[in-house]
Amino acid sequence: MLKRFTMTLLALVACSLGSWAQGNNSLSQVNDIDTMQYLQNVVVYGNKPYGNVIPSQMLKGKQLERLNSHSVADAVRYFAGVQLKDYGGVGGIKTVDMRSMGTNHMGVFYDGIQLGNAQNGQIDLGRFSLDNVEEIALYNGQKSEIFQPARDYGSAGSIYLRTKRPKFVGDKRDNLNVTMRTGSFGLANPSVRWEHKFSRTLTMSLNAEYTYATGQYHFRYRKVFSDGVVAWDTTAVRKNGDVKAFRAEGAIFGTINDGKWNAKFYYYDSERGIPGAIVNNVWMSSQRQWDRNFFAQGSWQQRISDRFEMMLNAKYARDYMRYLNPDTTLMYLDNKFWQDEIYVSTANKYTIMTDWDVNVSVDYKWNYLNSNLSNFAYPTRHTLLAAIATARTWRGLKMQASLLFTHVNDRYTSRSAGVVVLKHNKRLDKFTPAVFLSYQPWQEHDLTFRAFFKRIFRMPTFNDLFYTDIGNAGLKPEYATQWNVGALYQRYSEEGVFSGFKVSADAYYNIVDDKIIAIPKGTGQYRWMMMNIGKVKIRGVDVTARLAFRLPHDLVLEGGVNYTYQRAQDYTNPNDNFDGGTYKGQIAYIPWHSGSATVHLAWRNLDVNYSCIYVGERYHTSANILANHEQPWYTHDLSASYLLHFSRSSLKVTAEVNNLFNQQYDVIQNYPMPGRNYRLILKFDI
Amino acid sequence: MIQLLLTALMLTVASCREEVTIFVPEEVEVTTPQFSSLLGFFVLNEGNMGSNKTTLDYYNFRTGRYSRNVFASANPTVPKEMGDVGNDLGIYGSKLYAVINCSNKVDVMDKMSVKKIGQINIPNCRFIKFYGGYAYVTSYAGPIEISEEYRQHGYVAKVDTATLEVVDTCVVGFQPDELDIVNGKIYVANSGGYMVPNYENTVSVIDIDTFSEERRIDIAINLQCCRADRNGMLWISSRGDYYDTSSKLYAYDTRHQRLAKVFDRSVSSMWLDGDSLYVIGSQFSYVTMKTEVSFGIINVNTMELVSTNFITDGTDASIEMAYSVAVNPITKEIYVADAKDYVSPGRLYCFSPQGVRLWDVRTGDIPAHFAFLGENINEK
Repeated sequence: MLKRFTMTLLALVACSLGSWAQGNNSLSQVNDIDTMQYLQNVVVYGNKPYGNVIPSQMLKGKQLERLNSHSVADAVRYFAGVQLKDYGGVGGIKTVDMRSMGTNHMGVFYDGIQLGNAQNGQIDLGRFSLDNVEEIALYNGQKSEIFQPARDYGSAGSIYLRTKRPKFVGDKRDNLNVTMRTGSFGLANPSVRWEHKFSRTLTMSLNAEYTYATGQYHFRYRKVFSDGVVAWDTTAVRKNGDVKAFRAEGAIFGTINDGKWNAKFYYYDSERGIPGAIVNNVWMSSQRQWDRNFFAQGSWQQRISDRFEMMLNAKYARDYMRYLNPDTTLMYLDNKFWQDEIYVSTANKYTIMTDWDVNVSVDYKWNYLNSNLSNFAYPTRHTLLAAIATARTWRGLKMQASLLFTHVNDRYTSRSAGVVVLKHNKRLDKFTPAVFLSYQPWQEHDLTFRAFFKRIFRMPTFNDLFYTDIGNAGLKPEYATQWNVGALYQRYSEEGVFSGFKVSADAYYNIVDDKIIAIPKGTGQYRWMMMNIGKVKIRGVDVTARLAFRLPHDLVLEGGVNYTYQRAQDYTNPNDNFDGGTYKGQIAYIPWHSGSATVHLAWRNLDVNYSCIYVGERYHTSANILANHEQPWYTHDLSASYLLHFSRSSLKVTAEVNNLFNQQYDVIQNYPMPGRNYRLILKFDI
Repeated sequence: MIQLLLTALMLTVASCREEVTIFVPEEVEVTTPQFSSLLGFFVLNEGNMGSNKTTLDYYNFRTGRYSRNVFASANPTVPKEMGDVGNDLGIYGSKLYAVINCSNKVDVMDKMSVKKIGQINIPNCRFIKFYGGYAYVTSYAGPIEISEEYRQHGYVAKVDTATLEVVDTCVVGFQPDELDIVNGKIYVANSGGYMVPNYENTVSVIDIDTFSEERRIDIAINLQCCRADRNGMLWISSRGDYYDTSSKLYAYDTRHQRLAKVFDRSVSSMWLDGDSLYVIGSQFSYVTMKTEVSFGIINVNTMELVSTNFITDGTDASIEMAYSVAVNPITKEIYVADAKDYVSPGRLYCFSPQGVRLWDVRTGDIPAHFAFLGENINEK
């Protein structure tokens, strides 16, 4: 079955059924990585006790490439259940919210190790270019595979970014790729990637990218009278959205007997303008931000015996951030922050029986935040995580349960006039469980039912706790509890026009309590205080469907749709329940309806791709009144690419039109998004 | 096919984008009409920073109706409406002035029609007072001091109310907030709010004829409100530093040039009506992790606190964030604005002089500043 299916897939070389893959990280494939790259795209059946109980939503390879996406953030919009907060343009902040639980509940993993931001807990996915990313996988709850670090059990939802692995065709020892992207917003974006094969067991890659963009684009705001006559209509240029960024990455990959290892470094250096809110009489801002991120990480995975497998991970990260507000009409700010993180992890899997595994993972993480703020707390956080997990397969039933123990120790100081007046040492111990189930009742039909329950918390970030005037050192963790039930059905045909389809539906109920929100602290606009008082209940449905056809004349047609319905209600203040009150109101910026669609047509070397994003009406606060209403928005993107083959090289030319119908919209109130824009990509491979 | 499917899906589940129409004022009947020389009052809703949601509401005594967002409908052709963070409101002559802090301007409207006449561009403008044909506006955005630390002085702009031009400026302390005018002098409460923890602690005194800073008076740190009574007493509130130094109220005698009394009481908003100074305090306590709210009345002649809570029917318990107070000069009814969580619509409560709730109504976001509109009354 497996082999036959592999053949089918290989026949559809340009096909993007890759997103149907599940469980591809197992050791059994280690030795196949170089030669059998397509094998990874296969849906694996049969007994794989430690495989994912609930597969991820995934974008990978060519399918990812075709999505007219500049950054990981753009691509993530095509997942069901995900809302992107986008402040617009190339340099604007883009953060992701999964199933309305809030950005801070989401873990982002880069090549298997979590990206940390102890300062504000948010990862700006707009910073991560797709240039070096091969695969994006999104998991609700957690990656339901037990052989993983303890930290992987510690988020309410996770996004895994996997960078490109070197692959060599035939006896090639070097691959060189040069890419140039240009287009609207004054974009100049060259990148180069070199892959080298030292031996069959040792390969490496080096990748560098530079991004320059003026970030300027036209935007338009207008309002009409009730009879449709224009009241005002104004067009302006979005300024101070420029970006200069340099990224360098290097990785080395090795395989050894019954094991594999890799080590990598990442460096990112950027300067950007922060385009502010467009308000009456202020059409420009002048805030700047500088970021320098560095990390080095390594991973080693080894099968010790038939029953025992272990994995070691380690990472060091240093991040620098400077925020400057030089605007003389506002409060002058020149804040600098330095963060350090050290992380080590061990995961140990023991196979009790062929269909019963247990895993014990222990992680230790150290974070430190330094700043030039006066009387700063200089916090240090020690985190010890221990996870015990078990996976059992019995006939069509897969079960998995995990228990995570978290110990957090925060040490910080209170200072007055720069002198330490008090040293604080706070501890916290928590146990949080997760249970995942899936059941395939009929061997002959690929229909699986699935369910999960998970309770997890997020720690208050250093900003929540210690930021001047706003921070509240007394904060408790914020909890997210999730219940999910769903089903997945897929079917493939090896002959005829119809080649396959896959449909999934999940219904979920999440509760976020002790939610950390900013509340006013006395009168005066700018004084806020972080408090554990929020409560949100989320009821939602995610539906995804994919469909593929084989048409005559080498034509391949495929498409997919995602749809999300969410009722995310604010339960914070039961007294505020009348006349524009917030109680049970839909929370800020969460649409009831949202979705995406993609259609791909391939003919020999030509690819045409259409994609569409829809975000329904929303409100910008939980008070769901007309004055807070935000219009729906939908963008249509179109791209075409052609691959030219030369004797030993190839050139791929891609042209994109984004926001084809030039819709003028805001994702976040007063942050206008770009209208129609273009991109041209030349990709040269040797 | 997929597109078809999608179209069908979109059509069935959700609505499409529509043209955004201008705000039509929402009118609500709140109480029975009252007839006096007062026509009504305006409420300026600040709107949270970056939201561009400063709005102007109007309560009409003669109809008993409250109208939300009257500016946008009176001025439908003004792009982006009033702007970001309204900070003060005043009527002088035939004009209504709204100081819009983060939009760096003062909107000038006809007080009867609310039609915009013009605007005065003053960066980071804060508060306004009028005297002798001129408007005086405080601003944070004065000259920058080149020293070891970045420090920016504030200033007072002198605006000709006939031409709406800034005719002169006078540099004062750091981050000046409210000002008042007594006996030919302008008193300006300097806050130093940008220089945490090194706040300002002075009141600047400007001679109105020469329009130059005459001297500074040391009062306390982080000053905010500044109101002069008919005895020449200046009532000044200090916000404190939110930690060890608490918010207090100071009475400074401008005639004898001395500090007359200190009230150990948090004051964040005040309204002077005749001899009564209505004060609201909302002080955040790091001990209880709550904002403690108080409502009081001070008799400015005896300089005694005559009421420790002017709300007598228990309504104060349902007020989430008491933000501002105003008093009807004729009926002495008390208006208290509740800013709630700053991002939701606020609420305006009207109390009888005895402190019993008469009515309440939804406002815009962060209702904060009042101006009474009347016939032949001093609308200051």
